Amino acid sequence: MAADTTVYKEIEGKGGDYFSLIGWLGVMILAALYAVYNMEHHGHVVTGMTNAVVWGTPHVLAIFLIVAASGALNVASISSVFGRTHYKPLSRISALTAVALLAGGLMVLVLDLGRPDRLIVAMTYYNFKSIFAWNIILYNGFFVIVLAYLWMMMERRMNPHSKKIGMMAFLWRLILTTGTGSIFGFLVARPGYDAAIMAPLFIAMSFAFGLAFFIIMISVSYKASDRPLGDFILFKMRNLLGVFIAAVLYFTAVQHLTNLYAAEHAGIEAFILWDGGIYTFLFWVVQIGLGSLIPLAILFNPASGRSCQGIMTAAGLVIIGGIAQLYVIIIGGQAFPLQLFPGMEVSSSFFDGAVHSYAPSHWEVMLGLGGIAAAILIIVIAVKYLPLLPTSLSDAKIDPHHKVK
Amino acid sequence: MTDKSMNSVDKARRNLLKGGAAAAVVTLAPGVTLQTVQAAVTGPATSAKRWGMLVDANAPEGVWDLAVEACKAEQGWGKTENVNQATDPQWIRKVSIKDPKTGAKATLPVMCQHCAKPPCVDVCPTGASMKRADGIVLVDKHICIGCRFCMMACPYSCRSFVHEDVRGQKPHMPRGKGTVEACTMCVHRVDKGQKPACVDAVNAAGSNAIIFGDLNDPNSDIARAVSKFVTQRIRSDLGVEPGIHYRGI
Repeated sequence: MAADTTVYKEIEGKGGDYFSLIGWLGVMILAALYAVYNMEHHGHVVTGMTNAVVWGTPHVLAIFLIVAASGALNVASISSVFGRTHYKPLSRISALTAVALLAGGLMVLVLDLGRPDRLIVAMTYYNFKSIFAWNIILYNGFFVIVLAYLWMMMERRMNPHSKKIGMMAFLWRLILTTGTGSIFGFLVARPGYDAAIMAPLFIAMSFAFGLAFFIIMISVSYKASDRPLGDFILFKMRNLLGVFIAAVLYFTAVQHLTNLYAAEHAGIEAFILWDGGIYTFLFWVVQIGLGSLIPLAILFNPASGRSCQGIMTAAGLVIIGGIAQLYVIIIGGQAFPLQLFPGMEVSSSFFDGAVHSYAPSHWEVMLGLGGIAAAILIIVIAVKYLPLLPTSLSDAKIDPHHKVK
Repeated sequence: MTDKSMNSVDKARRNLLKGGAAAAVVTLAPGVTLQTVQAAVTGPATSAKRWGMLVDANAPEGVWDLAVEACKAEQGWGKTENVNQATDPQWIRKVSIKDPKTGAKATLPVMCQHCAKPPCVDVCPTGASMKRADGIVLVDKHICIGCRFCMMACPYSCRSFVHEDVRGQKPHMPRGKGTVEACTMCVHRVDKGQKPACVDAVNAAGSNAIIFGDLNDPNSDIARAVSKFVTQRIRSDLGVEPGIHYRGI
């Protein structure tokens, strides 16, 4: 393998823009902590969650971040595992982004617990039959492996070993996202879940959401730090994002077509696809239209697909569509009533048989956004103090066969 | 609290969870004692027993109100400051069903079904959700972290999350904001050889709409009844083998 001649350098991070960004992110995190204080002091009664919709907006945003985390590692994996050397200069920041997104997601997940003070219990009492307990191990393992991977990429003496741990990180992230998808896939009683396809669907989602976040982050940071970002690497990521969006569409189509075929799932399918109100809207308009088809059109349009703004817009839409998709899966799956007595009309004081209403409270939104802010803050601070970003991603630097036209 | 007294509390709790509660009275200070648990007369929980109930859905609807009220009074739930049906716990509820094709109706109580293969226990990350050897499914509130995965997994919507401060707790049933709770089949009574409060309340009204007992004991009322009548269990297709049987649905 040719020696890596890429020069990595910390960003200056001295301007007013940099500090105002840090300030805003800090405010968002403080707002999240204030929300947590209220949720813990008064109880979850101040949220929009109920005994029927037990996982709300914090879970949507937390799982988005966790899924995107494993996807953000993909750029490094493509280089280390699949030998695409043009992605090599982005490997360090890819690994750091993965760790940051996971940290942000877990922050939200943990702070939304009924008893976040018992985190130590979650770390010391394990029920190994629980996919949740497995996920705790998978998340902790991800931190350890990806940080070791990052270190081996940054420490010249360890460079030769980075490929091996890169492979391990890749396999680990596939298992991790399988675990995240299986949180839903293993729920036997809920018609909206209970399907093995949740695991590959979540893996495809992670590829798309993680790369979308990564594209935006790279574009913004190179613009802000006045470093050259060539079309070559950008267009490579654009093509990859297109493939990942298509993969998510494919698994989504299989998920719903399979359900539509089974009469017992007619209810949940009609709810999501036809008459579920906000969930139907989010599915068709935001997830499929805004979050999948329009980005595909933008990315592969000869004009918009060749502009950084176009690609960033598409990536932003993928993120919005992704959050909508998780909202439909997580909240929509709970809003649809459990079928205690299939075929019967059911009613009770506990809202059996009725579509459960849910409206996120501002506390939940504050907590969720705080997790996103924490992830970004980790990245913003890390690139200032660690040599993570290459000084140049120009075409001449990335593509050995580049010719000036 | 001394080490010795702490140990006795721990031991008593452990015994309660195992189903063989020994009487434990802890002296906190001269004249001040903490009675931790009542003595179990039925011995340690054993898989030789399988506690269960048979509910007759043809019984007059009014008896279920008695069952719900008895549960509230016994376990101390249903006393939140501001009534909010969406977030208030309900350990047992009255469910009305109607066949849209025939118009046939029934009303029945639904509480934790005490499954032999409980999905809530499978998914609980810490093991707080657990099943005793005698089939009673419980939540250990000391290690429940409030993740609510069990509520996602329960096929019967039988668990509640404590959304706000609790009032009127009973000594035998500690409850806590931020943890999950459900019907305990009145384990504290069963371990003393008594019936669950809902069953007693229904019986006291002269009704036999709920029969409680050991399904493994062929001479028990419940075992005789389930061998005599065809009974159903809710969502038996899921294979979780609930301990609550129903007639007339």
